[in-house]
Amino acid sequence: MAERLEAKYKGSALVARKVELAGHDDPMEVCFERGWTDGLPVTPPTDERVLRMLSGTRRAPGEIVGRIPPYLAECTVEKVAINAVLAGCKPEYMPVLLAALEAALEPVFTLHGVLATTYFSSPIVIVNGPIAKKIGMGSGINALGQGNRANATIGRALNLIVRNVGGGRPGEADRATLGAPSKFTLCFAEDESDSSWQPLSVARGFAPGVSTVTLFQGHGVEAFVDQKTRTPEGLSRSFGLSLVKIGHPRLVQSARAVVVLSPEHYRIYKDAGWGRNEIERALYEATVRPGQEILAGLEGIGEGVAPQRAQERVPKFHEDGLMVVRAGGPAGLFSAILPGWLAGRNRTELQPVTREIRE
Amino acid sequence: MSWLRDPTAETSAIKRPRVKPPASLEGLTVALFDIGKTRSDEFLDQVEKRLAERGLKTRRYAKPTNAKVAPVEVMQKVATEADAVVIALSD
Repeated sequence: MAERLEAKYKGSALVARKVELAGHDDPMEVCFERGWTDGLPVTPPTDERVLRMLSGTRRAPGEIVGRIPPYLAECTVEKVAINAVLAGCKPEYMPVLLAALEAALEPVFTLHGVLATTYFSSPIVIVNGPIAKKIGMGSGINALGQGNRANATIGRALNLIVRNVGGGRPGEADRATLGAPSKFTLCFAEDESDSSWQPLSVARGFAPGVSTVTLFQGHGVEAFVDQKTRTPEGLSRSFGLSLVKIGHPRLVQSARAVVVLSPEHYRIYKDAGWGRNEIERALYEATVRPGQEILAGLEGIGEGVAPQRAQERVPKFHEDGLMVVRAGGPAGLFSAILPGWLAGRNRTELQPVTREIRE
Repeated sequence: MSWLRDPTAETSAIKRPRVKPPASLEGLTVALFDIGKTRSDEFLDQVEKRLAERGLKTRRYAKPTNAKVAPVEVMQKVATEADAVVIALSD
């Protein structure tokens, strides 16, 4: 009721233009017809809903968050809220969404390229810190799948902002050859329930207990299965066999990757006293191969490294090219690999971005 | 009057633009769509004749009655088989 009265008397505080509905219009269909959706139904952005969404942030509706590629249109907090309504967010998700958008707009995230590429990538959102629990994000069973409202809608809202405010639509500025289901949304929280594990946010320079959002340019999800290995060294080498396949087994130093380590796989490392640093180092080393095994032209396959690298030990990744995150349900010796965008040849030009979430 | 708030950058007109007509009909198939009004067929016969004289391909479609919107199957058939449409509104 309060929101209804607010919409009636304060609705005029909103400045986004009104799209009037004729008496017989179905608001859901109007959203489709106007091209505001990613192909799935959206929640029609009425004044009441937009005002309720704006109550989730202390930031002024008129504040400009940034310019959204590809067409570099200014995006206000109000526009973020309207797209959050479309996506199905709750007001309390707004601080996460605003931080995710700001992270995506950091030049080193190269959002324009991520959108425009023919490759599979889109922003992947990883949330750390107390806010994840406060808003009910999923980090356990099916963390990368469907069913959790916060996971599903925060990632979706970010992609809808690029579509609606930035004008980034498939077949126009978005040139993806095939795309990926993760372009709808891929957003989850890290499982921080085990105090022996250093959270991603802390590894990336933030104090424990600070809520952050990390954005990664990639797609998902590739399965990694190893139900037999019981030593950390063996498990790392086993991961390596899957990690070198990203893009193509002979493509090197171009894509980053996120490894989503499940509880059962982590237990093997933990029991051996291994933490984040040991695991990341071992995974990196497990993906270094003799150049002569991955030369271009071997077996008639064009992909590969140049002949002058035959005697080198060639790493798959840059030294900072792997991020390990913990998530997943308690059962299953499965982990996941989220392959990164292949445009990472110059690692200083293209990086994941972490930002603090301010409530 | 009810309304929704525009989620876009508001750089395009609020009215939805029409699909641009093709620059040329060369090589395209033109649907001739009879909406079911009296003498629609006569009108379309003439259009068909004129287009045929220009060497253009045409296909005829019709909806069962002018009192209702075209059935989805008919619209899908037009969208699948034709590149442009002439709708006969004559009485």
